[in-house]
Amino acid sequence: MRGILKSGAPFIWLTGGALATSLLMIGGLLWLIATQALGIFWPAEIVELALVDGGRALGQVRSVEEIPGSDDEMRLQLQVGNRDLYGADFRWYDDAEVRTTTRPQEAVLFERREWGNFYGFVVELWRGEERIAAGEQAWPELLARLPGAAQLAERIQELERAALRSVNDEIEAVRLERRRVESRAAAAPRLAEIDERLVALDARYDELQAELTTLVEQSRLEHVVVETADERRKQIAVTDIVFAYRPNEMTLPAKIGLYASKLWEFVSADPREANTEGGIFPALFGTVMMVLIMSVAVVPFGVLAAFYLREYARQGMMVQIVRISVNNLAGVPSIVFGVFGLGFFVYFLGGNLDALFFPERLPAPTFGTGGIFWASLTLALLTVPVVVVATEEALAAVPREHREGSLALGATKFETMWRIVLPNALPGILTGLILAMARGAGEVAPLMITGVVKLAPTLPLDSTWPFLHLERKFMHLGFHIYDVGFQSPNVEAAKPMVFATALLLVVIIVALNLAAIMLRNRLKRRFSTGVF
Amino acid sequence: MSISAARALKTDFRSAPAAESVIAVRDLSMSYGGDALALRNITLDIPRNRVTAFIGPSGCGKSTLLRCFDRLNDLIEGVRITGNIEFDGVDLYHPSVDVTELRKRVGMVFQRSNPFPKSVYENIAYGPRISGERSRSVLDGIVERSLRSAALWDEVADRLHDSALSLSGGQQQRLCIARAIAVEPEVILMDEPCSALDPIATARIEALIHELKDSYTIVIVTHNMQQAARVSDYTAFLYLGRLIEFGPTEQIFTNPTQKETEDYITGRFG
Repeated sequence: MRGILKSGAPFIWLTGGALATSLLMIGGLLWLIATQALGIFWPAEIVELALVDGGRALGQVRSVEEIPGSDDEMRLQLQVGNRDLYGADFRWYDDAEVRTTTRPQEAVLFERREWGNFYGFVVELWRGEERIAAGEQAWPELLARLPGAAQLAERIQELERAALRSVNDEIEAVRLERRRVESRAAAAPRLAEIDERLVALDARYDELQAELTTLVEQSRLEHVVVETADERRKQIAVTDIVFAYRPNEMTLPAKIGLYASKLWEFVSADPREANTEGGIFPALFGTVMMVLIMSVAVVPFGVLAAFYLREYARQGMMVQIVRISVNNLAGVPSIVFGVFGLGFFVYFLGGNLDALFFPERLPAPTFGTGGIFWASLTLALLTVPVVVVATEEALAAVPREHREGSLALGATKFETMWRIVLPNALPGILTGLILAMARGAGEVAPLMITGVVKLAPTLPLDSTWPFLHLERKFMHLGFHIYDVGFQSPNVEAAKPMVFATALLLVVIIVALNLAAIMLRNRLKRRFSTGVF
Repeated sequence: MSISAARALKTDFRSAPAAESVIAVRDLSMSYGGDALALRNITLDIPRNRVTAFIGPSGCGKSTLLRCFDRLNDLIEGVRITGNIEFDGVDLYHPSVDVTELRKRVGMVFQRSNPFPKSVYENIAYGPRISGERSRSVLDGIVERSLRSAALWDEVADRLHDSALSLSGGQQQRLCIARAIAVEPEVILMDEPCSALDPIATARIEALIHELKDSYTIVIVTHNMQQAARVSDYTAFLYLGRLIEFGPTEQIFTNPTQKETEDYITGRFG
């Protein structure tokens, strides 16, 4: 027994076991998220249940489980969709209730812009008052019209989001200018000119508005008449349909193709239906952008602080206290940083910026309210200890011989630091940045009070001057998960979105880290140790 | 012979070197903070264009003394120095002395070769660049001249832009010598430059020292008494922070006046 202990074998097993358990847990977590997330984009078969009571139900099976307290009796959860007709998307059916189960070839699934999925059968296709097709003819006719309808929908969206908005912004800008000019004396000639511009802009706005109305009318023109399993009929406008498919007659390659396009929609499109459907692109964009702004803010700040602490400050009691305090900052709950960010950045700095630079917009705040800049700075503050500690360690690891070698050649301390110490420490500094990004990208709590919103109408980066809108509110994947998962009116329908968003958040953090790691390795190769 | 007698003799050594002195050390004592003295009342003159070797057992203060000459000890907190060192007649530790200027005139080669993690070319050009040299053609000239002086040119001419860390240990040490030469110092200090090298690389460095002594004053610290005997013109023996004996190398090795010196060079201790 003593021999075994002395040999160290149990300790090896213990350490190996601990590592294996950690890996298993991480792997399990990723596996759970991945399977739950990636499953929902798959076009599963539609089943039709004939019920014992004579009713019928159509939908996709989402889960099957044993009824608690019974022996071997099962029940299944069916996504029946048709929220506009049934009120709820999901229903449970006990096995005993179901007489037969069939898979009708012609059952269709519409993913709609509003009201979620529709399950049923296509009956007729109409254009205005004219019936174009009926019965089996209607389906191919509908498919042929979908691309055109999608273009139309896109055009409408573009008008609403971009064209009308930019004219609106211009009008707003001219109004602000008018207010500024009004406060001056001898403003009359300028005022007249401004009013002229306002009239022109208003005309342009009306023009666009009219075009939009025409387009919307046009989009309402084509519609399909559909029938549900319980023989209720309904009209659906073709432009309301995002995806239409018959999963029961699709081949595997077709399903894979659809899967890919749905996945792409998830990553690239805007959210619909209170974020529970559609894509998450704004949240993705907001997250990446916030992390980048945070990195730009945190690195110079943390690195300079670490340089002072390690290179210039007299190593003594005081520096030790500062160092301990900085380390302890890393342990302060993030919501506390959020509160600080709200009080200092948003109210104090933002309020003063508004008073100085945007007085004509008051009382409407510009910087005096949460926005991506303040959220990023708050996170920068949160992650600065990580960068300071990593940089200090990197500086301490620069060999003394290199410093002395440089000083012995007549370099000053600054020249030595700039030319020798900093390049040597750069990989270590980047390690700090990687850790800071990983920490920052995952934070949600401080963001909730410094600028994240459930739904942001615009991205913080767009084509209108000054392109980067630091004052804008933004969406964030972490907050999106919280919002969709816990604040949504339709929790069951949103569950897959939660997993999919979580998976994407993990992927984004991994991608950001990988980029930083690759940069670090390049620098390492450039600056340090060859072999001999 | 007693210590006081040794001191008396030392006074004579001061005038012993026939050549003109570059560095004059007068009654130098130093401590790294605390009460223990690392150097005690050292007085000696380093002759110009000669090789002077410091020998002695580990911890005797020979590296400390060497590092006083280009004020590298300044970097260590708590160092206290009394007495004075004159370099070309100027007090080294006078507040008006520009340390970086001094270090340009006094080069240093360290025990472990310490090329910067840059290319061979950049290593040599580092000093001149610091001094403000920008012209590429001038730098090219300095690099070639320095590498030739350090007998390294033929080996690295075709890989000037490879990492200096890809060179062998001996080449790296010669690169460090070339780097020191590039700023055209008057004195080159060498702190056990061969202690990490094999005998062949050591022989090359020693040959190099012979060549360099016409143009530079060299002070070398070494553990290796044969090396001191081979390369140096003058030898100083230090023991426990004191200068025990200083004189022409031949005299120290063949006819030492002090018993400690004799014991040390005959291998009875150390």
